[in-house]
Amino acid sequence: MDDRWKVGPYEFSSRLLVGTAKYPNYQVMLDALEASGTDLVTVAIRRLDIDASSESGVLELISDRYELLPNTAGCYTAKDAILTANLAREALETNLIKLEVIADDETLLPDGEELLKAAGALVDDGFVVMAYTNDDPVLCRKLQDLGCAAVMPLGSPIGSGMGIRNPYNFRIIREILEVPMLLDAGVGTPSDATLAMELGCDGVLLNTAISGAEKPVTMARAFKLAVEAGRLAYQSGRIPKRLYAQASSPLEGVVHSES
Amino acid sequence: MELMINGEVQRFDSENPQTVAELMVFLEITEKRGVAVAVNDEVVPRRKWGESPVNDGDRVEIIRATQGG
Repeated sequence: MDDRWKVGPYEFSSRLLVGTAKYPNYQVMLDALEASGTDLVTVAIRRLDIDASSESGVLELISDRYELLPNTAGCYTAKDAILTANLAREALETNLIKLEVIADDETLLPDGEELLKAAGALVDDGFVVMAYTNDDPVLCRKLQDLGCAAVMPLGSPIGSGMGIRNPYNFRIIREILEVPMLLDAGVGTPSDATLAMELGCDGVLLNTAISGAEKPVTMARAFKLAVEAGRLAYQSGRIPKRLYAQASSPLEGVVHSES
Repeated sequence: MELMINGEVQRFDSENPQTVAELMVFLEITEKRGVAVAVNDEVVPRRKWGESPVNDGDRVEIIRATQGG
């Protein structure tokens, strides 16, 4: 199935974006990424451990095989997010950035005010911004208006596994957005990803739901299938919901006995 | 001279590194894949490491892309 999609100038075939954190070891991570079918994986930007600086770490394992999406995870202000994004661009030679500006470390919810500030500055500086945001239709529209290449509302808090807590907002956001819309955060199980795709999301980004599963590699495959199923369902047009039954079998010619 | 490197003060006594490139040699950062440097919140592009000075009191951030979600 050729169903490619674009974020700014970057083109992908898989609609599943996968994080690289918190796997039991590198081999499980690599096998899970492979099983997920992903093209685009997220990485974080962190201070180098000077004492262990001879290791290139995860990059030599993934940088040849996957497009990298650096994030600004852990940034609480637009200023820090902008500096982190610039470091990421220099380190990885990509204009892609997953912009996260969070408000507090208990909820990890985005800080809308700082997010908008950072998004505007980064877009103006040539970044291809994929903005992690609250499931607030107004905030999503503002991010699009600022020139973000993709808008990524959360289903529920990062790592919570609560799925999409407000599918109605997702429907509204889908109607507002012309740029790609991705579910980012809160995914617990493949049916969450399917629901997101059925609601019209262009893709799903997740990490913990795979890396934290008992069997990350088979879970990765489950997510690959779930995203494909949801995408196909969205393209195929579901039936309307009805309060009462509607028979599937023909109503004519039903056999009646004499009474 | 003193530099604040990744949030920690580092003293240099005799052989002060003059440039970002010399600092990287001093810190024995040989594997440069996924590495970037900022001095006083300004990213220093790798091609300019050799000509970009580090001065007493500078804040230096040295980062590497790592596992993340």
